[in-house]
Amino acid sequence: MASIRLAVPDTARPDEVIEIKALIQHDMESGFRRGSRGEVIPRDIITRFECRYAGNTVFAADFQPAIAANPILTFYLRATVSGPIAFEWTDQNGNQWSDQASIEVT
Amino acid sequence: MKTNRHLHLDRRQLLASAGGAIAITATPLKAFAAQEDLERARTDLFGNRVIQDGRVTLKLPPIAENGFSVPLDISVDSPMTPDDYVQRVAILSPRNPLPLIGVFHLSPHAGLARVSTRIRMSGTQEIEAVAEMNDGSLWAGRMETVVTLAACVVL
Amino acid sequence: MIRVASVAVCLGLIGCQPGTNALAPAELPGSEIRSGYTFLTPDTQALQDDAFGNPGLLWVDRGADLFQSVAESETACAACHTDGLSGVAATYPKTDPQSGLLLNLEGRINQCRTEHQGLTPLAYESEALLALTAYIANQSHGQPSQVEITGPAVAAYEKGRDYFLTRRGQFNLSCQQCHTENWGKQLRGDTISQGHGNGFPAYRLEWQSLGSLQRRLRDCDTGVRAEPLPFGDETYIALELYLSARSQGLELESPAVRR
Repeated sequence: MASIRLAVPDTARPDEVIEIKALIQHDMESGFRRGSRGEVIPRDIITRFECRYAGNTVFAADFQPAIAANPILTFYLRATVSGPIAFEWTDQNGNQWSDQASIEVT
Repeated sequence: MKTNRHLHLDRRQLLASAGGAIAITATPLKAFAAQEDLERARTDLFGNRVIQDGRVTLKLPPIAENGFSVPLDISVDSPMTPDDYVQRVAILSPRNPLPLIGVFHLSPHAGLARVSTRIRMSGTQEIEAVAEMNDGSLWAGRMETVVTLAACVVL
Repeated sequence: MIRVASVAVCLGLIGCQPGTNALAPAELPGSEIRSGYTFLTPDTQALQDDAFGNPGLLWVDRGADLFQSVAESETACAACHTDGLSGVAATYPKTDPQSGLLLNLEGRINQCRTEHQGLTPLAYESEALLALTAYIANQSHGQPSQVEITGPAVAAYEKGRDYFLTRRGQFNLSCQQCHTENWGKQLRGDTISQGHGNGFPAYRLEWQSLGSLQRRLRDCDTGVRAEPLPFGDETYIALELYLSARSQGLELESPAVRR
């Protein structure tokens, strides 16, 4: 199970634009490295990230091998309603990791 | 003499087949992408539409200690309203094995057209960020970073 | 006559002060001790200081979980160490009173696992051992290293110091030559640090992962084109002890970010 870290404010005012950070542990093996015997280490990367909130995909990213290992994203969303913010990472083989944070909009 | 010539032939054949084998394994892995790959990546994403300079600010450190992890910050000048917002931003490299580094998809719900992440860079180069607005217009910003090499290279 | 006089002058210059061994290797003066952190670019320093985004914290998080519960054992680390382990990592490597062996943090964790938890030892650079080491080292973050180098640790300290001073590898370099005599100078695009190791286990950008001090020492040996010793070799543990003492109370920074 990959280690995940999320930075989401606990509360926000309506319509306030808040900063979100999401970090996941993953080697993001590029497929361009070689092992000690010269063999190619096959590509194994996260290819998609999505952040969903209040029924919308607020932010998404398509990753290529040049996204650094243990990928971190800082992005923004406009706070409207109290509720969960869902984070989901999908790799090239369809494996998924997800986490969730709650925000209270007062 | 006869034996020597026979041996020479064998060695030449051996070298030819080894060279072929090396070529086969080497082909899929390019150390540096050709410029045409970058142009093809742009047209794959955006067709032949004109890309104007401006509205996109790309921030990278002037010197990156290690090409494996370089902080990148993109900021696009946009009100991010339902009528005027950034749809997506593509990050492109003229020097990495693959010209496309990533694409970030935004929406009016994002509120601010700003994204930060960390990228890999295979050497000193100018990274480009192309933003597509909801009206289809394209804007680009660029920044160069010098990538230095560690002292005792183990790899 | 003149020749003898010039030789005498030369010797006089080398043996500068009465009572000192003119040929003893230099030590870092206490006032000049600097962490590897000070040799990083501002961006990399910011990454280490980032309480959220320092990638090493991903391992610290996992270590915190493992410390609380280990599926295969009835005894979690937290069951005995109810008050946590603040300050402990700063005293390692340390001589185990029962076996008389010098143990680093990894060795101590494995000893706890086998003797108190009924578990098998973890391999170096395994996710679990890195996580536990990172978590425990992080509990001593900001605390000065305080290792014992007298009594049973004397022999190991001398062995570690000897390794540090010995030239090795195809480049025929000793640790001393780069890290004590030439720190601060450029080697390719890199500034040579003092080689303290106070930030380990550390997230090395070159590894794209967190790794142990043992892994770093193996990379150092490979860097001068010497045959690295196996993980957990007692010579490396002795070297860890020497490095800790040499740092003269430098604060621990794990998980540091290094090149």
